[in-house]
Amino acid sequence: MYVIIVGASKIGYNLAKQLVADGHETVLIEKDPHKYNLLSQELGEILILGDGCEDATLKQVGASRADMLIAVSGLDQENLIACQLAKLLFMVPKTLARVNDPRNEDLFKSLGVDLTINATNIINALIGQNLNIPFLTPLVTFRNLEIVQAEISDSSPAVNKAVRDLALPPESLLIAALRGDDAVLLKGDSVILANDTVVALTTKDKENELRSIL
Amino acid sequence: MKAIILGCGRVGAMLANLLEQEKMEVTVIDANDNAFEKLGENYSGSRVSGNITDEAILRAAGIEQADLVAVLTSDDIANLMAAQIVKQKFGREKILVRVRDPIKAGAFREMGLATVCPTNVELDMILKELKIKTKKGKS
Repeated sequence: MYVIIVGASKIGYNLAKQLVADGHETVLIEKDPHKYNLLSQELGEILILGDGCEDATLKQVGASRADMLIAVSGLDQENLIACQLAKLLFMVPKTLARVNDPRNEDLFKSLGVDLTINATNIINALIGQNLNIPFLTPLVTFRNLEIVQAEISDSSPAVNKAVRDLALPPESLLIAALRGDDAVLLKGDSVILANDTVVALTTKDKENELRSIL
Repeated sequence: MKAIILGCGRVGAMLANLLEQEKMEVTVIDANDNAFEKLGENYSGSRVSGNITDEAILRAAGIEQADLVAVLTSDDIANLMAAQIVKQKFGREKILVRVRDPIKAGAFREMGLATVCPTNVELDMILKELKIKTKKGKS
């Protein structure tokens, strides 16, 4: 796979090293000459001094044959425009942007960025898991719908109850339970057991309601 | 008519004054308070200091009621993001955005943003002044 990374932030730098180690063709674009100089000796020719929001730089790195562009600079506007230009000018099939301000996440998605990474949400998720708050991990998002997974603990109010007795919000649907090595499709009379991993479909605004039921 | 101008540079400040003379209700947003000095003494519209890509700032400036939005800072990237927020999140239709880079201006114009490219405008004027005709139509 050929991957272009925009922004030699800590994430960009580590990601580039990881991708190279995994055998992917990778370039890392950084526009700050100071940062570039600090890293150029270590990273060698995969590091490019340039602006990932400029047509000329994207052309120079051969963006039209890239499989993916990942924009992880510290500025949301740079990440957004780099992804949009990659799509508009070079038809890059997949773009991923880091969202520094969580309020921008929906905007990025509605403007054509394929995937967004939001550090605030990831940290929240980890805190939730460590505090044993029933936590919904988003797996896939389509517009305002998302598929989430939830670990059912012993103390969950849903344990040993049938799906139809759970008072689920109408905008959500339990799809399957991962139980040991099996995946069980959930119907109205299926019973939720402790240690199940439940996969559910929900609208974003009903996520909290769903969380309180599981 | 309510007009909101993002960026109080020379063009932004002059546009603000002109629109006010046309009896519009004008608000100017800029991250740098000193920039408002360019508005001059006669300007009686509103000034909001803050980042143009910040939704809370846009809302505070009354973007939800705006009939006309002009995005005119010198930062192409911030302009393009702000214009898309104004269009996508606040549903405004009459938005004009300055984009210095002709390539970006063209790409985002095709996507439906009304971009104005000062580079192309200047180039056209120079060519006209020099009486040089080019084959390719600019701007």
